[in-house]
Amino acid sequence: MTAPLDASESADRAEPEAITHGVRNTANRSLRQIAWQRFRRDKVALGGGIVVALLVLIALLAPLLTRWFGYPPNEFHQSLIDPLTGGVLRDPSDPMGGLDPMGGISADHLLGLEPVNGRDLFSRIVYGAQISLLVAFGATVLCVVIGTFLGVIAGYFGGWVDAVISRAMDIFLAFPLLLFAIALAGVIPDGAFGLQGNGLRVGVIIFIIGFFNWPYIGRIVRGQTLTLKEREFVEAARSLGASNSYILFRELLPNLVTPILVYSTLLIPTNIIFEASLSFLGVGINPPTPSWGGMLSNSLQYYTTSPHFVIIPGLAIFITVLAFNLLGDGLRDAFDPRSTD
Amino acid sequence: MRTQRTSRKPALGAVAVGAAATLLLSACGGGGGGGGGGEAVGSYDQGSTEVVNASDQAGGTLRYAMSSDIESLDPGNTYYGYVWNFSRYYARTLYTYSPEPGTGATQAVPDLAEDMPEVSDDGLTWTVRLREGLVYEDGSPIVAEDIKYAIARSNFGEQALPNGPKYFAALLADSDDYEGPYANEDDPLAGFDGIETPDERTLVFHLKEPFADLAYVLLQPQTAPVPADADTGEQYQEHVVSSGPYKFEGDWKPGSGITLVRNEEWDPETDPIRPALPDRITVEESIEQNEIDQRLVNGQLDVDLAGTGLGPAMKGQAITDEARRANIDNPETGALRFVAVNTVVEPLDDVACRQAVLFAASQEGLQRAWGGEVGGSIPTQIIPPAINGSDPSIDLYPSEGRTGDLDAAREKLEECGEGDGFSTNIGVRADRPTEVNAAESLQESLARVGIEAEIKQYPSDTFTNTQAGAPDFVHDNDLGLMIYGWIPDWPTGYGFMSSIVDGDNIRDAGNSNLAELDDPEINELFDEVVRTEDPEEQGRIYSEIDRLVMENAAILPIVFEKSVLYRPQNVTNVYFHAGWSMYDYMPLGTTNE
Repeated sequence: MTAPLDASESADRAEPEAITHGVRNTANRSLRQIAWQRFRRDKVALGGGIVVALLVLIALLAPLLTRWFGYPPNEFHQSLIDPLTGGVLRDPSDPMGGLDPMGGISADHLLGLEPVNGRDLFSRIVYGAQISLLVAFGATVLCVVIGTFLGVIAGYFGGWVDAVISRAMDIFLAFPLLLFAIALAGVIPDGAFGLQGNGLRVGVIIFIIGFFNWPYIGRIVRGQTLTLKEREFVEAARSLGASNSYILFRELLPNLVTPILVYSTLLIPTNIIFEASLSFLGVGINPPTPSWGGMLSNSLQYYTTSPHFVIIPGLAIFITVLAFNLLGDGLRDAFDPRSTD
Repeated sequence: MRTQRTSRKPALGAVAVGAAATLLLSACGGGGGGGGGGEAVGSYDQGSTEVVNASDQAGGTLRYAMSSDIESLDPGNTYYGYVWNFSRYYARTLYTYSPEPGTGATQAVPDLAEDMPEVSDDGLTWTVRLREGLVYEDGSPIVAEDIKYAIARSNFGEQALPNGPKYFAALLADSDDYEGPYANEDDPLAGFDGIETPDERTLVFHLKEPFADLAYVLLQPQTAPVPADADTGEQYQEHVVSSGPYKFEGDWKPGSGITLVRNEEWDPETDPIRPALPDRITVEESIEQNEIDQRLVNGQLDVDLAGTGLGPAMKGQAITDEARRANIDNPETGALRFVAVNTVVEPLDDVACRQAVLFAASQEGLQRAWGGEVGGSIPTQIIPPAINGSDPSIDLYPSEGRTGDLDAAREKLEECGEGDGFSTNIGVRADRPTEVNAAESLQESLARVGIEAEIKQYPSDTFTNTQAGAPDFVHDNDLGLMIYGWIPDWPTGYGFMSSIVDGDNIRDAGNSNLAELDDPEINELFDEVVRTEDPEEQGRIYSEIDRLVMENAAILPIVFEKSVLYRPQNVTNVYFHAGWSMYDYMPLGTTNE
């Protein structure tokens, strides 16, 4: 998902890039080519990247996957459930036969069944990935747009502009975001901005997370801009009479893409956890739309009879967050000019 | 009136002196060699209908624990059933529920009072005489004025103690201008003419209007005497002056638990209610529910104070475990869980559309959310079996296996002009997984006839005040269906139904009549029943109201809720009390050291 990959030429070389005769042999390759080179050799980061790609694929193909391997995510299978404990029966034809310790995991239901209503857990996990990733990507994009725009302006113009924007960042970072989100979610109206129900809720959650987390990106962009604007190529452009907007968008911004990319990859898992927390607290997505946090919250009262229901959504969140973190760390290392390989 | 699981409870009372004798009957001397193992005492659900492990063995320490902090130990400042039940150890009330298993328990019987109240012909004047020889823990006498003072501090004025109900303020005559005891330090009771105390042992209550259920208000803990000079307002809970068999050991620091020890001044001759068997009573606060359950099962704890039963995790385990089954009781709590069907939001303002909902819904599916038959029985009417007027023959929306009658539902939809179904919303408390599961189940069953219901979640602490309980919000957001529950303040048809179906009780905020049912015929019947003293006639009227509510399809009953209580083997005289909706705490003893 990164970088132009015309690095094949150098990638084919058996010799790693290295220090020869005391000089780093990087002169004829761009930073991205070098980074890609390093990233490919970082097996852990590569693994993270592959898992992320798979997750995106799963979310996109959810309707097909559930048609092939599961059931509609909201379809009940109560005949397989013990009404007394809510657990999955070992043998549906024998209601007194006890519970299935595996929670109904079988060829028919790949990840077993949800307690009480008996919905197919595989389908709900797959559809839950849609919500998690949609919210996480949406909120991250919003963070990046606001953060980059304000960060680059603050860094480039300095003075009172910088002071105002920097104090605004401090204020936003001090905001008790989770509490605010809980309060706001309780008063979201039925429809607004042409959106209804869960469409609106997803929109609002993306907005809340994005709107309040932009300073994380904003600070990094501001710092980078401060360094970059002293560099010769900017001086040169300015002395040639380039306008501020030309310098901002044609000279500075392209050089900021790398740190933005790295930090947004690290912001995504934070946002996934935030969405899961909101759903866990019951102020996220409305049921019956599946959401990992919501499942985890519901599962706690059935942990003795349906332990799989705790473990599976927990694992889904865990794997996703870990994959994004590994990917983000790998990207950061790869792009870090100070790192050698 | 509140709605929560642990809220107040009603009670009954009946047999008075006979009850203590009953307890002694089965006291098989050897009863119980310590905690844990040994042969099982009692059988499955035995404690729901009879006294288990009866014994008159005194001594030992009875150990309670509670998963949250105790609301308050001040009998004048509480609205939780478990405090109403527990506070009787140290705060005797004018009346109390009859100490017995079964439905007789919902009778009021005298406690501090000598006899049942004497009522004037017009029903407006109620006279209560106190027993002779009543004293506090310091030996000073309990006088009628202390009870009047206790009622004043918990009901009147802006500084009235906040937690409890305010029935006396609503019912008593000649007291509307009274600003409460804290507003006038010199003469705290000046201007409070709703209660007269002609002598030290007599209380005369003057009512604005006749109110047949007054005895159930007189058994609430607010009638426990409080000496005016000992009262420290909300801090009084730190050391309540005992009128019962136990007193506080030192002061209570809220949140850190409490120990009760014997009150040597208490005279058993004056008290037909309390055998007072243990020497000490301890309560731990804020113990995690799973730990409480675990300790109960292991014999390291005797009673879960909240009285709501095992948590969901242990419940699933205990009812499937043969070895523990004999220690489980599964009584009906008296609570009704239901779906309120709003009568104002379109298209549910048409009764046929509401009836379509009641026909289409699968009660069997809804019951699963509460844990099947162990979690509650499926009702066809709204008054629970333990209450006078309950009529199970009311069954207007029958279906095979209670899974819904789809043909009848479709007919009703045609009748209300919505042949293809319609759209509405289900309001539910987001932090209650059980209710959310029920909402999903309701959504699924209604979709079978084309009724598309979207689920809207709200926080439970604002649900009754600003969302489901605020008609404007309900209308603006089209909340046609709302998942709710009701536990009555006392076990009569009035206590049970007036808040949830009486049109006169619809409020702008904090409304409990979520359906906004305002049927002139029902409203009139409520006015009639409070003037009726004959219980049979009362029962007939309550059944009639119940039938009308079901005809109006304003309430879709889900379950008469049941709790799953664990009864440790080393606790004696255990039975479920229909008045408190939990074990009766007064007769409990222990075979622990």
